[in-house]
Amino acid sequence: MKFMLSKFKIAWLFAAFFCAATAQAKLNVVATLPDFGSIAQEIGGERVKVTTIAKGTEDPHFVDARPSFIRVLNQADVLIEGGAELEIGWLPPLVNGARNRKILANEPGHLILSPTIRLLEVPTGPVDRSMGDVHPVGNPHFWLDPENGKIIASRIAQTFSTVDRGNASFYQANLKTFNDRIDKKIAEWTRLMEPYRGTKVVTYHKSFEYFAQRFGIEIIGQLEPKPGIEPTPTHINALIPRAKEEGVKLLMVEPFRPRKTPEYVAEAIGAKLLVIPEKVGGNEKARDYFSLFDYDIAQITSALRSNQ
Amino acid sequence: MKLTNVLAWSSALCLSGAVIHAQESSDTEKLRQQLKQLQESFEKQQNEMRQTFERQAREQQAQIDALKRQLEAIKTNPPPAVAPQPGARAITPAELPATQPSSSPQAAVRPWSPTDPIRLMGGQQNYISLSFDALFAAGTSTANDIDRLQLGGHDPKQRGFTIENLETTFEGKVDPYFRGQANIVLQIDPEGETTIEAEEAYLEAMSLPLNLQVKAGQFFTEFGRLNPTHPHTWDFVDQPLVIGRFFGEDGLRNPGARISWLTPTPFYSELYATIQNSQGGTAFSFRNNHEDEPFFGLPNSQGRVRDLGDMLFSTTRYAASFNLTDAQTLVAGASAAFGPNGTGDDADTQVYGVDLFWKWKSPNQHAGFPFVTWQTEAIARRFEAAAFPGDVVIPALPRETLYDWGLYSQVAYGFKKGWVAGFRGDYVTPTERARYEEILGERDLDRASRWRLSPDITYYPSEFSKVRLQYNFDHRNGIGNDHSIWLQAEFLLGTHAAHKF
Repeated sequence: MKFMLSKFKIAWLFAAFFCAATAQAKLNVVATLPDFGSIAQEIGGERVKVTTIAKGTEDPHFVDARPSFIRVLNQADVLIEGGAELEIGWLPPLVNGARNRKILANEPGHLILSPTIRLLEVPTGPVDRSMGDVHPVGNPHFWLDPENGKIIASRIAQTFSTVDRGNASFYQANLKTFNDRIDKKIAEWTRLMEPYRGTKVVTYHKSFEYFAQRFGIEIIGQLEPKPGIEPTPTHINALIPRAKEEGVKLLMVEPFRPRKTPEYVAEAIGAKLLVIPEKVGGNEKARDYFSLFDYDIAQITSALRSNQ
Repeated sequence: MKLTNVLAWSSALCLSGAVIHAQESSDTEKLRQQLKQLQESFEKQQNEMRQTFERQAREQQAQIDALKRQLEAIKTNPPPAVAPQPGARAITPAELPATQPSSSPQAAVRPWSPTDPIRLMGGQQNYISLSFDALFAAGTSTANDIDRLQLGGHDPKQRGFTIENLETTFEGKVDPYFRGQANIVLQIDPEGETTIEAEEAYLEAMSLPLNLQVKAGQFFTEFGRLNPTHPHTWDFVDQPLVIGRFFGEDGLRNPGARISWLTPTPFYSELYATIQNSQGGTAFSFRNNHEDEPFFGLPNSQGRVRDLGDMLFSTTRYAASFNLTDAQTLVAGASAAFGPNGTGDDADTQVYGVDLFWKWKSPNQHAGFPFVTWQTEAIARRFEAAAFPGDVVIPALPRETLYDWGLYSQVAYGFKKGWVAGFRGDYVTPTERARYEEILGERDLDRASRWRLSPDITYYPSEFSKVRLQYNFDHRNGIGNDHSIWLQAEFLLGTHAAHKF
């Protein structure tokens, strides 16, 4: 019986090595968010296989650590995470369970994006939890600035080139293509948004700060009284007159938020309610990093045009 | 402020003393004069205090303003060089992508000064994650023996208030090879004594080859779903009956070692093998003396150790997970634990369990809601009770094998952000009446059939606090029906370690 068991185990081990060997053909990339996954796909082309953990349609702070991702991370050559505590609630047990040295902290295969990005809203004073879910190192929703997209792309190309030296020139060429394309796109998006510079908006959560900063719109408040805390009547009743006074034209809400309060507030301040994705895959139109901005900007500009 | 209070109180005392004195002399004119004098001096003192306080506040505000101006000046004209902190890894310009306009804000690290608050989380350093979790309960029950009605060590066991669990967790990377964790639990027992318990303290090897992982130290046995978890993650106020009956009030845990293998199947599956010391109250169905109370009718002892195998019990678990759809996940597992028990030589215990966990979480979830979970565990125990020769109190008992089983099944529905409604059913029973029960002429109430129905509702103001209300309907064969109602509250400080799925 003992002998049988060990034979069985050896067969399994062979199977494991076989799986590992075939997996080598493509670089196995796991991205926490679909936005990072989309950029990784642009850089890696057909030489990478990208798996994304969070769905574009869901709240990125509360993703389930489904065990299937342990298996996926076990096979990964590269793990791309945003950092700034965005994934703190779900990524650590997956990485701990994955038994993959390549993606442990400080290994070349584990890329954390936030350290080389200028984060907004870095608290200057002491932070505690009475302030809600304030991220002590800054706002983690940084991918909604396409200039940050360029930084993300360059870090990804750097990581791919380190982990898979043989294809370094391929990744660098793709990075150049990506940069050229996004530079043109940024110029186009900036031109489209230019007439609406200074437009005042309200959002549900602090998800659109980077987008607003890049394209010159001004976020004057959130429906949440504090980050991660549900809207309260007191806060909403104070927000409505302020938003009216400031002339808020738009209320921007991610697709996964409840609609009742946003609808009520939009009606009360006479603003247009826009449900727009803040991540790739947030709806079927936002398929990749470029179409996410294409879609959001088309929605915003058409809403503001009809409002005028 | 304190001084003002003291003054006010002492004046009031003087005043009352004076009043008594005046009554005795019954000289009303004198009394009035004294009162007036006292009031005047009191008001004078109060005025002086107020003036001093206001002056001090003005001075302090001026100082604050001056400091603010200095700070602004420093911000606009930064000092020539900030010495990099030893050990802190600065981002060199070469590492920055060409498109980065300027250095990140984290790069400008101000040297630590002794007046800065000490923070254990956030920032670039993370040597230890520290958290403190407190679970309280309050409620009542119609049962007269609440300590027998409730089987869990952290369950509320008395009318009124219970401090269920005050747990401090230390967690962190030890070095490039190990991760360490320790959970130290404080409790206040019904006698008012504070007890301390080293619930878990283990290290876990992070970078072994062949998809292996090793855990060693004091830890909860990987048996089923609920046993390896801590009370603050539970969906109900109390521990399921089946866990209490087979693993005792503190769950199955002991010093030992565990190896686990992530099997190379296309889906997630993991095989665990654990060996742990087989003695003591946290090895309830194994070598446990049950605090010298008879268990299954006879005295048990921890003493029996014939060979190395007797010192340990072993547990095997296999768990697999499948994504049924984008929104539905299933985890199924089977566990078995084998070891010697305390009834005598050559008497062993086997415990078998199967568990199932299903979760639906909306693909459009907002803050993790809405969701539905369903969790079921069934556990069966085969217990060989050795023959007992008899003594002055207990008659001779024959050797026999006792079979017991039980299960719980629970549903939790997170219907709105922060709100979860739950329902649990519990059942435990022996398969047949034992011979020792016949010989002793009474039913063993700790082994008799019983069941429980528990609806509950939980409100989570945030991930760091909760309030829960639970009702239990208990039926115990040989005792009867009982109703209990428990209110539970929790708060958590520090890092909220991510939960395993």
